[in-house]
Amino acid sequence: MGILTPDPGLVFWTSLSFITLLLIMKRYAWKPILRSLKLREERITFSLRDAELAREEMVKMEETRRQMMEKARLERDGLIREARALKDEIVQEAKLAAQNEASKIMEKAREQINRERKAAIADIRNQVGLLSLDIAEKILREEMHSAEKQQSVMEKYLKNVEFN
Amino acid sequence: MMIFDRCIKLAGGKRFFKHFLAICCLLMPVALSAGENLEEESEFDAAAMIMHHIGDSYEYSILSFTNGRGEKIKVSLPLPVIIWHKGQLKVFMSSSFKGGDELVPIGDDYLRLYHEKVYLTDASGAINHDESQSVLNAQPINLSITKNVASMMLSCLIMLAIFIPAARRYSRKGALVAPKGAQSIVEPIVLFVRDDIIRAQIDKDKADRFTPFLLTIFLFILINNILGLIPFFPGGANASGNISFTLTLAAFTFILTNISGSKHYWKDVFVVPGTPLPIKLLLVPIEFIGLFTKPFALMLRLFANITAGHIIVLSLISIIFVMKTIFVAPVSVFLSIMIYCLEFLVSFLQAYIFTLLSSLFIGLAVNEHH
Amino acid sequence: MEQISFTALGLGLIIIGVSLGIGKIGQAAMEAMARQPEIASKIQTAMIIIAALIEGAGLFALVLAWLVN
Repeated sequence: MGILTPDPGLVFWTSLSFITLLLIMKRYAWKPILRSLKLREERITFSLRDAELAREEMVKMEETRRQMMEKARLERDGLIREARALKDEIVQEAKLAAQNEASKIMEKAREQINRERKAAIADIRNQVGLLSLDIAEKILREEMHSAEKQQSVMEKYLKNVEFN
Repeated sequence: MMIFDRCIKLAGGKRFFKHFLAICCLLMPVALSAGENLEEESEFDAAAMIMHHIGDSYEYSILSFTNGRGEKIKVSLPLPVIIWHKGQLKVFMSSSFKGGDELVPIGDDYLRLYHEKVYLTDASGAINHDESQSVLNAQPINLSITKNVASMMLSCLIMLAIFIPAARRYSRKGALVAPKGAQSIVEPIVLFVRDDIIRAQIDKDKADRFTPFLLTIFLFILINNILGLIPFFPGGANASGNISFTLTLAAFTFILTNISGSKHYWKDVFVVPGTPLPIKLLLVPIEFIGLFTKPFALMLRLFANITAGHIIVLSLISIIFVMKTIFVAPVSVFLSIMIYCLEFLVSFLQAYIFTLLSSLFIGLAVNEHH
Repeated sequence: MEQISFTALGLGLIIIGVSLGIGKIGQAAMEAMARQPEIASKIQTAMIIIAALIEGAGLFALVLAWLVN
């Protein structure tokens, strides 16, 4: 029974010391500690959110980079293809031009050759004609020295004419 | 539960066994001499000794022994006695009572220390009893610094000495540096109480209002429990195993719960919505009584657990003196060490349960209904 | 032989009842924890609260026994 009876003096001192303790602790201990812990908590939350944001940003940047790379690659491919096409075209053109030129030159050369040949043939013909005239003259002069010779030829030709 | 694991770890292994044997050897001569002395004296009264130890006292006993000439020597720290009687305040040291032999005059009356209680008597110092041996003399208004009060104040000082430097470090360095020194003890405790006890029971937006109160109550009970477990001078007062102490703390919880109760809470108590009238008539008184039984159970739980622990330890030690043989000493010392380990766990557990149930009751009173 | 104390008998009965109750809670909680270890901490809190409530009932009885004695 004795230990179950509250003692007013002890109740008084317990209340007094507890309230004093509570007030002092609240003011000088719990306030800074809890504030710091809360600050840290918030800081951690913020940091986590920042990290999350940074991660998202990273992902986004990575995506952008990837897209840019892809674009660049495509562009490069396009450029290469274009360049190749251009080269082909140029080569083709050059080939064509060269061919044209060549054929033109050839044509010209051929014409020249033809002309030269014709000229040469004409010249040769003239020369041959002149030569043959010369020869003929010389032969004639040789043949027609005597009158009877002249006579026999005349008659021969005339005979031929008759037969015609 | 971590603490219990540690205890087991501590208790396991050969080292513990060696220590235990060493303690037994150390205690043997003490127990032996005590036994010898007791044989000369009257019968050893275990119940009276236990009641004396778990009760309050006006002096802080440090040591008591019988010297070579057979004189009983008591070394104790006298504590101030503060008496308010008939508009007169009297403050004196408890050594003035000379252990109950001397009367201390106050006004026209005299004060006498009788069985660790101060009574008003006449000049002859007579104590009157009725048939059932209870004292009839009046007790003055007594605000003495008793052993329990002194121990409680010591616990307050310990708490301030641990927490204020830690808090100063927090406000000086901020929360973003690694904890150091006292901070390393403070921080896990504070986080545990805040997150696992308070925030688990009270809605988060309202929890912060009650955190200082519940943290203080947790540590106050914990430190007093541990101080009560220390068997020698600065401890051993059993403040948290005293009904006045637990009554006061439970009363604080009761007051705080009811002044912060929401409309829903009072409606649940006095209207009990959603039940037919006859059941309401039945439920309202039950709910109303429930308001008081909750803190009453808090009060009794702490009191009974701590007091029971002390009684068991003291009983186990008393076995040596009751049996008057040294050979039970190893057994009773071993058992009391085991109980000490258990009591160490219980001192944490009871502080935890008191705080948990307090926050549960506060949570019931303030939480929004989901 | 002293007078038989019925209070002591009552105290014993109270302890039996309360121990049974707390034991059953412990059993149920352990089983639940083994089944769902991920919510073990919640179960533990609930277990302690209920055990405390039962203990409260036991304590009431103890105090009543003490007062009656």
